[in-house]
Amino acid sequence: MPGPRRELRQRLAELRGPAVPHPLDARALAALAANPGCRRRALLDGAGVDKGALASALGSPSSYGQSQFAFARGHAFEARVKADGGMELMRLLGVDEPGGVRVPELAAAGPQGRAARTALALREATGAGTWTLLDHPLLALEVAGSPAYLEPDAVVVHPDGRWTVVEIKSFPVLDGSADPAKVGAAARQAAVYVLALERVAALTEGAEVAHSVLLVCPRDFTNQPAGSVVDVRKQLSVTRRQLARLTRIEDIAAALPEGLSFDLEGCSAEQLTEAVEAVPHAYAPECLAACELAFHCRGRSREAGAVETLGRSVRGELGGLTTVGAVLAAARGEAGDPADPAVAALRRAQALRREAITGAVAITGAVAGAGEVAGAGAGAGAGAVGTEGAAVCR
Amino acid sequence: MSLIGTLARLEAVESGRAQPLATVRHRHLSDRPLVLVPLTTAGEAGAPLGALVGTDPAEPRLLVVAQPRDRDLRFAFLADLAEAVVPYLDGYAGEVEAAERSETDPETGKKVKVEVELCADAPQLIVPSRAGVEYVRLLGRSTRFRRTAEDDPDTPYPAPARVPLLGRWLTHYGERARVPGSSLLLAATDLLNRHWATGQSSLEDQHLGALLAWIEAGDGESGAEAALRAELGRDAAGQLLCPPAGPATDPTFDNRLLAPAIDRYDRARQALGAAEEGELADARLGELHRAEREVRRLVASQLKPTWDAVWRCLELLRGLPAGSRVADRWTRDRWSFTGHRDRVRSGEPPQPRRDDAVTSAQKLAARETAQAQLEAQEALDDPLVLAARRLAGEAFTAEVLDVVPAWTESKRPSPRPLLTVRTGDVPQLGEGVKVYRSLDGRPQSAAFVGYEPEDGTLVLRLLDRMGRAKNPAEGTVPVKGDRIVWTLFEHDQRGGPKLPDPEDTPWTHGGPPGEPGAERPDPVTPEDLL
Amino acid sequence: MTTTPAPATGVFDPGAAAAEATARILRDTLDGTARGVVVDSPPGAGKSTLVVRAALELAAAGRPLMVVAQTNAQVDDLVLRLAEKEPELPVGRLHSSDSDPYDRALDGLENVRKSAKAADLAGLDVVVSTAAKWAHVKTDEPWRHAIVDEAYQMRSDALLAVAGLFERALFVGDPGQLDPFSVVGAEQWAGLSYDPSASAVSTLLAHNPELPQHRLPVSWRLPASAAPLVSDAFYPYTPFRSGTGPGDRRLSFGIASDGSGPDRVLDEAAASGWGLLELPPRHTPRTDPEAVHAVALVVRRLLDRGAAAVSERSPDPVPVTADRIAVGTAHRDQAAAVRAALAALGVTGVTVDTANRLQGREYDVTVVLHPLSGRPDATAFHLETGRLCVLASRHRHACVVVCRAGVAELLDEHPSTEPVQLGVTLKFPDGWEANHAVLSHLAEHRVEWGP
Repeated sequence: MPGPRRELRQRLAELRGPAVPHPLDARALAALAANPGCRRRALLDGAGVDKGALASALGSPSSYGQSQFAFARGHAFEARVKADGGMELMRLLGVDEPGGVRVPELAAAGPQGRAARTALALREATGAGTWTLLDHPLLALEVAGSPAYLEPDAVVVHPDGRWTVVEIKSFPVLDGSADPAKVGAAARQAAVYVLALERVAALTEGAEVAHSVLLVCPRDFTNQPAGSVVDVRKQLSVTRRQLARLTRIEDIAAALPEGLSFDLEGCSAEQLTEAVEAVPHAYAPECLAACELAFHCRGRSREAGAVETLGRSVRGELGGLTTVGAVLAAARGEAGDPADPAVAALRRAQALRREAITGAVAITGAVAGAGEVAGAGAGAGAGAVGTEGAAVCR
Repeated sequence: MSLIGTLARLEAVESGRAQPLATVRHRHLSDRPLVLVPLTTAGEAGAPLGALVGTDPAEPRLLVVAQPRDRDLRFAFLADLAEAVVPYLDGYAGEVEAAERSETDPETGKKVKVEVELCADAPQLIVPSRAGVEYVRLLGRSTRFRRTAEDDPDTPYPAPARVPLLGRWLTHYGERARVPGSSLLLAATDLLNRHWATGQSSLEDQHLGALLAWIEAGDGESGAEAALRAELGRDAAGQLLCPPAGPATDPTFDNRLLAPAIDRYDRARQALGAAEEGELADARLGELHRAEREVRRLVASQLKPTWDAVWRCLELLRGLPAGSRVADRWTRDRWSFTGHRDRVRSGEPPQPRRDDAVTSAQKLAARETAQAQLEAQEALDDPLVLAARRLAGEAFTAEVLDVVPAWTESKRPSPRPLLTVRTGDVPQLGEGVKVYRSLDGRPQSAAFVGYEPEDGTLVLRLLDRMGRAKNPAEGTVPVKGDRIVWTLFEHDQRGGPKLPDPEDTPWTHGGPPGEPGAERPDPVTPEDLL
Repeated sequence: MTTTPAPATGVFDPGAAAAEATARILRDTLDGTARGVVVDSPPGAGKSTLVVRAALELAAAGRPLMVVAQTNAQVDDLVLRLAEKEPELPVGRLHSSDSDPYDRALDGLENVRKSAKAADLAGLDVVVSTAAKWAHVKTDEPWRHAIVDEAYQMRSDALLAVAGLFERALFVGDPGQLDPFSVVGAEQWAGLSYDPSASAVSTLLAHNPELPQHRLPVSWRLPASAAPLVSDAFYPYTPFRSGTGPGDRRLSFGIASDGSGPDRVLDEAAASGWGLLELPPRHTPRTDPEAVHAVALVVRRLLDRGAAAVSERSPDPVPVTADRIAVGTAHRDQAAAVRAALAALGVTGVTVDTANRLQGREYDVTVVLHPLSGRPDATAFHLETGRLCVLASRHRHACVVVCRAGVAELLDEHPSTEPVQLGVTLKFPDGWEANHAVLSHLAEHRVEWGP
């Protein structure tokens, strides 16, 4: 390992403290794409800090959890898909007569051993000229100087040396379509596996990793599997980009004060809070579904009056105004440059809103729809307005 | 979101309370809506866990599946749900008024008026959230292809007659909910979000408890604090104070309370099955009942807060007067209900799994028309909605400064008076752009002629609705001093072109879809059983 | 694709390659047996010329045809081109019953008949109208031939409404421009071959995959400086070449640079075909006054400095007049702000419009307000590949992009969590990648606003 990388690894270990690094799985890596601008998340993930435990220590526990019903169902489904020596999976791949499927033993001691065993099995399978099913292989991918171990549900090696990632999910495919958000998440996760496999394939004669993965879900309301081929080329380039960006952790870490620590055992809540605050976040409401620290960051973001707490899109029309107070002051004419189109638009918006609300309060008692009264002009009486809806529908 | 909506959210942040986004109610509310709060089992499509359903806030009907993986219990639940919903829907099918509809005469191809029935009112379904609407679709999909013993005497698990009927109605309501502005099936969160802006993001607004917390905030607690408690607050036993509005349950509830209770139920059932002696069997039956009651109690504990929240939401909405064009849209909903009633009565098969090419194109066109119409109607009904259109330059309020009579240059001159108006708004007008105002509820159009160079006032030429005589009919031309709302968008929407009949689907779209043929029921797989 | 690009060896002769492709297309259209022929045409590859030629050859062969275009402007343009090529040809212009339904220039054409009723135009060799108008036409006897223009911008449901009117058709369009869209959700049909919100071509090919597909291989509009970038960034799997070589197009100024940002970026664009005028980073509303002013100033200086163009059309320098210049923006309010700024600088006659409205148009020089300039966030709208493609491919000589610094970082921080619909074919390239490709190319032609 080259020097700078070792230094980074060392620095991140210091930040994490004595705890065992929280393993980064494919889901966590895929989630990096949810908010690539967040330095806080990049650093904590890169350093292997357990964000869930950190959130609890900060007093804003995350609310993630899995129902045991979903867990049991997911396991039963996966077992069913892989049953019969992989024949069912072959059928889903569109191969009715595979003429035997090899299912090599992948057990070994420790993640390094398992990853080595997987790499060996992949090499053997690639030259074998038959179908091979790797059940829960383990792949290593270097992330920010440290190896992350990834465990796809399955990898199928084709007789021609092609490798296909198989992702088994328990959300249903109903009449041919599935929840696009869930398919998207599965595709991003699968792309991480494809990327890790490509590192192995680069060292394997005759191997090629397919850029389409097989997504297996229950069909309709049954427990029968349905296979869908999903093209993950876009997710792959996104993941490559995000992993390349993780090298910027170095810069983030370098900007931190000496002696800062995220040691969950050794630090008090105040110290941890201070440490977390030293790394800038980029909170947006989407974080709530993607990051354990989201409730903590939301609280801080709200305290600071950041307009992003109302959604990323809110900023679009606000120009350089970034806080609730600044926007409202500008809208009320208490601050801001009237020549700034954002300020001018806010003032117009505020005036129109006031006019509509106060005008409406005065009128709603008489007839529904104050806009109507103005629109009807002097000739039309308000009474006609009230019955209008009925008149149109006859 | 328009800048006006953003401002409302920011004011909500500042004041700690939700702020109005509307001055009138833009959705129809029935006097007697049917509220449905469903729960489902995590990780399994189409395995309901329970529901509260009913038209009386004080008397919800509780339906619970004590073991969601037991197909018999699941089917019993669906049968009970059908008993709760279908009679309610049927209650609106009988009372009708006479109406006219234009149809194409199959022989002559001409449009003719046909006397038809229109249901005087329509049943309305309210669910807690968008996920609830999605679940209504799922329930519809899972039941509409079920076979009754009458359909097929050999079917292994015949459904009660009302179950497939329930499926067809829920499917219809689920589809109708995709039409902008329709009110047959509404989510409480959508209703609230249409009318109030909270101090949180639209993502967080999907949480019914948090959303209501912002709207009902007061008494020294800010909306943000109350919403946080609704989102994350837990009791001493670790259970959420405000359970999710469903259909998904809280995993902590599943793992700590529900799973052990279902286990006890399973064991009691096994024990009962194994018991041979009468006395022992009685005791074990008592055990089973207790176990079942416990599951029911737990499921009810998760449903009841949401049930109450939905009714509070309806109360809040009733506090707003209905927009004047809401009734017009509701009439379209009544047509939709009547149409489906007629299809069911005439014995048409259930809706297919997928729309064919023509049907999907028709639906898309209808929804685009409905969207444009909704946007226009809401703006005309509500000055606060209009304000956003004015800000965007799509409407303007103007005072009439001068009216100059003018006529067309044809043999029989028609009136085309010129209006000089002054506005503080900034409409996006170009030469010849048409603008519209509402005259006795009908749109009257004018063309933009130009700006007066000296003072920036606008000149408009009035184009229509002034009668057939040479001089405009009384009250059809504005007079000096009138303040008038003009819109750059049309008030009514023209429907799109007629599409081919499905049997004439062209080769570019795969040709005719073939005989519609009855859709097969979903197969029953062994995994459905315990 | 049945059209293969020029062989890898030997000298590429754009004229020959284009002629060969056109010949194959016309052969399939006139003599082929397939019901449809699809032609992909990159920007400025002679799509309109092809449509006119195919129409004239069909008519000359005694096969009357209908032509479907998407907008009234496109229809009028086609009618004018047909009449210009073949003044004797009886052409029908079917129009709507709105006021002012067609270009008044058509009134001067002797053999063009105009009517709102299809029956009035029966028997004419060529009848041209919009898809929207054709959808209301009923006929017992379908046309034997049709040409569908801008077919990638036509929605599948619009094709459904008119496809019964013809037996076979030539579909021509540019797959790289803006996709059709719907203002209401259409997700429930995503993945269906006939998804009504998808493009007409995707439905057509999903149901008729055997149809011959061709590609026009040469852009006659884009200069040698632009074609490679536009081809790589927006047409990665269907590359094209420029019809002219480096040095065939030249832009010069009568008045030397005054050293200001606008003048320096104009010099850069004249020399290289591209210029990026970069303003200091700042989050701004859409109508960023500084950026809008910068755009207007660039146009003003372009005119003031007496820009002149040399091209294969004319060896002598031709002045670049206001009508040969366009300003492109993402939003309508930006276009309005630029118009106002131009008026304030006393500039008239320059086209200022959004990408949507600039589709299919051609100018000597374009000035583009970058869709992501000054934005605090990127949205799907601003990242849409077709939008940038339209803006970057309207020019014959040079394109100046005005943008605030910081867009690269904005792209880097853009979340990538797009939903994925099963069964929907991916569209390439990805907006993110295309934006980066264009941005990194522009960076080589960067001029800072400040001195």
